[in-house]
Amino acid sequence: MCGIAGLIHRGKSSNIGEELTAMLQSLKHRGPDSTGFALYGNSMSDNLVMRFKVAEQEDVNKGFDIINQMKERKATVDGRMAEMDARIESEEQVTEYAHRYIFSFDGDLKRLADYIEDVEGAEILSLGHALELIKDLGDAGRVSSQYGLGDFEGTHAIGHTRMATESDVDIRSAHPYWAYPFNDVSVVHNGQLTNYWTKRRDLERRGHRFVSNCDSELIAVYLADAIDRDEELEEAMHRSIHELDGVFTYVVATGDKVGMAKDIMAAKPMVLYESDDFVALASEEVAIRSIFPHEIDTYDPYEGEVRVWQS
Amino acid sequence: MAELDRDHASYEMGMHTERLAGRTQQVFFLPEEEENFTYPGAFDVDFNKRIELDIADMDTKAINVELRALMGQGYGTIVVKNPGAKHSIGVGILNRLQLYFEGSLGYFGVGLIDGPNVRISGRVGWSCAENMMAGTVVVEKNAGSTFGAAIRGGDLVCKGDVGSRTGIDMKGGTIIVGGRTGAFSGFMMQRGRMIICGDAGKNLGDSMYDGTIYVGGNIADLGVDAVAGEMTELDVSWLKKKLAMYDVAVPNGIENMTKIVSGKQLWNYDNLEPTEKKLVL
Repeated sequence: MCGIAGLIHRGKSSNIGEELTAMLQSLKHRGPDSTGFALYGNSMSDNLVMRFKVAEQEDVNKGFDIINQMKERKATVDGRMAEMDARIESEEQVTEYAHRYIFSFDGDLKRLADYIEDVEGAEILSLGHALELIKDLGDAGRVSSQYGLGDFEGTHAIGHTRMATESDVDIRSAHPYWAYPFNDVSVVHNGQLTNYWTKRRDLERRGHRFVSNCDSELIAVYLADAIDRDEELEEAMHRSIHELDGVFTYVVATGDKVGMAKDIMAAKPMVLYESDDFVALASEEVAIRSIFPHEIDTYDPYEGEVRVWQS
Repeated sequence: MAELDRDHASYEMGMHTERLAGRTQQVFFLPEEEENFTYPGAFDVDFNKRIELDIADMDTKAINVELRALMGQGYGTIVVKNPGAKHSIGVGILNRLQLYFEGSLGYFGVGLIDGPNVRISGRVGWSCAENMMAGTVVVEKNAGSTFGAAIRGGDLVCKGDVGSRTGIDMKGGTIIVGGRTGAFSGFMMQRGRMIICGDAGKNLGDSMYDGTIYVGGNIADLGVDAVAGEMTELDVSWLKKKLAMYDVAVPNGIENMTKIVSGKQLWNYDNLEPTEKKLVL
């Protein structure tokens, strides 16, 4: 069934890591297999931030060579970045298999992303000026503590708790999905698209590639493709209500916006809280209550409804 | 058992549009038979015996067990504080009880109840009062989808807006919505009455077998076999009385409401379940 959540502060930044952790932890019963965060920190206009992994969590517990393999994969990534004139300003090894780089780069970002992902075992989780995407196995508390998200400052964030149904329990199948290779677009989704392959082939014919077989990734690429063609996010989301077939509620985030859309059957839940300076949304009100214990007014968006908020 | 024929007065009132025949029975209970409405093992509670219960740190099972224990101690008025939108709170209460929630409930709140009078000061999530059999539930703020799904009796009131599929498969009772409802409200409705004071979403009353829907605002569109009925004076007087009970107003006026009934082209069952007209205890 999965749980999705999002929040956006208008005109200020806050400890979004702690807030989203609380929201996702309260949705654990909707999916305990993996948890993902798409956090939007204070945007770096000159530099890029990239999170990538060089192995799956389960790989680390298998075999004798994996430690050396991970080192070799990271060294290859470093070499390819240097080859493409990407200058690493700072780097952090977040877990045994996950890294965070801040770097400067003036070239073709898609070419760089393709070159890095070509390294066997390496996968970019996110790449952009503000987006940092963290996903791993376990509940929100575990992932947040593992990646030190408790003091992450930023303006907005979306997240997901996953109950694996049609694919494995691994990081590759965990949400949120980054719209490879577009900057700063991420999506979390609760539902199922029934015209996934038709739409995927349409996007592949236009040159997009997919890192998974998950329908949520398709929504991310679909919207990023529209934004790339100078279509407004809200306009693309309205179009998605009619072009994407199935039952779904999804939340999308870009560098400065959070949006939600609900299909015309309204079969998947979503609860909203909106004030002048803050918006929170989640599959269940209990998630919003985790950061607002006092009485607040919440409501369900209706069938076919699209909302977008600016940070 | 009341004597019924094909031209029963309720047909003219628009309350029951089905033509009763064959094995269909309608049973009316008398107030003096009140003791027959209680379940075996029901608690003898005193409405003047009141207690407050703070459930901030309790889980669902512990809350429902505690509510039952308090009824066993004779408490007839229970005020629940800090419900925190927790799921499945106050379910399966088959007893007379005044139950007040100071805050919001999550999914499946007060489902499967038969008898209590419930007041909720906040909002409720999906499937509030599902399968309710008797009693009253009044929600002061908004409600999620499938509000009052499959209810069989009692009055279920939301003073704010309600999500999709309100009163889906309802088999009796009355649902009152002070604001608007979403799509597929009254889907496969079989009996009962739904009053929507604001707008109604798409496919209103889709595939309804029977029952009546009153709408005060705009209707996005009607579902299959849902058709406009004629508002009678009996409809208006019943609506005035019912809405006044819960202090709910229709912005465009009760006289201007639209009445929706089944066109009976899709389904037409004569052999309905026996109807019970139960007292609101």
